[in-house]
Amino acid sequence: MLYAILCYHDEDFTGSWTKEQDAAVMTKLRVVQDKLTKQGRLGPVARLLPTTSATTLRKDDPPVVIDGPYAETKEQLLGFYVVDCENLDAALDVARDLGKANPGGAYEIRPVGMFTPGSVPK
Amino acid sequence: MTDTAWIDSALTSARPQAVGALLRYFRNLDTAEEAFQNACLRALKSWPQNGPPRDPAAWLIMVGRNVAIDDIRRGRKQEPLPEDDHAISDTGDAEEQLAERLDGSHYRDDILRLLFICCHPDLPATQQIALALRIVSGLSVKQIARAFLVSEAAMEQRITRAKARVADADVPFETPGAVERTERLAAVAAMIYLIFNEGYSASGDTAEIRSPLCEEAIRLARLLLRLFQSEPEIMGLTALLLLQHARAAARFDADGAVILLDDQDRTLWNGKMIAEGLALIDKAMRHRRSGPYQIQAAISALHARAEKPEDTDWTQIDLLYGALEIMQPSPVVTLNRSVAVSKVKGPEAALDMIEPLAARLSNYFHYFGVRGAFLMQLGRNEEARVAFDRAIALANTSAEAAHIRMHLDRLMRDSKPRGAKAGK
Repeated sequence: MLYAILCYHDEDFTGSWTKEQDAAVMTKLRVVQDKLTKQGRLGPVARLLPTTSATTLRKDDPPVVIDGPYAETKEQLLGFYVVDCENLDAALDVARDLGKANPGGAYEIRPVGMFTPGSVPK
Repeated sequence: MTDTAWIDSALTSARPQAVGALLRYFRNLDTAEEAFQNACLRALKSWPQNGPPRDPAAWLIMVGRNVAIDDIRRGRKQEPLPEDDHAISDTGDAEEQLAERLDGSHYRDDILRLLFICCHPDLPATQQIALALRIVSGLSVKQIARAFLVSEAAMEQRITRAKARVADADVPFETPGAVERTERLAAVAAMIYLIFNEGYSASGDTAEIRSPLCEEAIRLARLLLRLFQSEPEIMGLTALLLLQHARAAARFDADGAVILLDDQDRTLWNGKMIAEGLALIDKAMRHRRSGPYQIQAAISALHARAEKPEDTDWTQIDLLYGALEIMQPSPVVTLNRSVAVSKVKGPEAALDMIEPLAARLSNYFHYFGVRGAFLMQLGRNEEARVAFDRAIALANTSAEAAHIRMHLDRLMRDSKPRGAKAGK
């Protein structure tokens, strides 16, 4: 089963990291990612730009365009992984590994219903 | 990240909201700051043991408020207690309640007020910036002094003086109306741009030391944009800062000399910052409410979009500067426009354009640098040399002077063997 691991954190908090701190976190995360890649289990990974760059289309009739992210919350969706896992426990293990590399915030683990790998080059 | 690093990050990110709320409550900057400091000290003791609170800002506001109220009660302060005093003693349940109230309407105006206080019109620009970096960003006096290249004592004095002025001034505590809010927003945006320029205009040898100012300005711009999600000018400002700072790594050579846009190694530009800047301009344009920050950002974006200097859309840049001239008439804008004009219509037209600026820009380094470059392109080397000499005399930094000297050297080389010759 494919699982999406959605990364939530306080954007103000991650935004206050220095370049060095940010790079250190990314390096730690890459170790976990590399392990999953070697096992052939890692799908697309995305780090999203800040929510200030987000736009929301409300599917009203007619659709309404709103500046900003969909939900105004204390913590924001900052990125996601798609990982192939045996079951929820295995997905939680991956999330725990990622969490050790980058503490704080939360991961939402969601089974993926439909997945197309896409055709966008890296 | 180490244990204390996450606390530092949490305290930094909570600071504007927490100090802003404490200021609304105590109506005194010193009391608010001290309350926040005390709350931070308690956080350093409590958080490593108990883990981070769900809402660090709410925690700090509440603890800071209680400590300050206790101080006042014990008579250590000769201030009356704020009126709506319902002291909260237990940090548990009350936190939820307080967080709820904070998430409401106050949040935005608290932070805006805090920023706005720092751009009080009585304060000279340098004091505004220093005050904002100290109060809103929470940089230490030492850090600010370093960025401004002054001694710690001098900076301490500058900040104390600024605070005293602000304390004497009428600080607007009522919830602002739509017009006031727009005015405050514009003043705060200008102040953030000042902070950025303070870092950006640094020359090569100090660029490294001062670049944190650029990063801090970007952080504040993003903060402001998150509070006012639909303001195209704040999108424009944020985009402008990101697009300019994206070139930071390419702007100086190993000796600290300026590298002009045309000669920069564009692979050193920060692609992620450019992407964010371009995304923000796209968003801003949808509002069809143009403004100076948006236009400047759009000009920056045209440079950022060109993979090679010769791909630059100078015609469009000329048009954008034309629009900026109408919105914000200034000889400096015209001077900038003339560079685009020289690319589109040639140096002759550009020179004609800046001729009328001579009187107003007679002490402006860039005027003579640009004028010299146009003259050199026209092969009027003797006049070019005079302009460059004047530029060197007016240079603000050694990097600026070095850059002009490079032109002069080229001029010497070109004119020696073959006499006057047109070309760059």
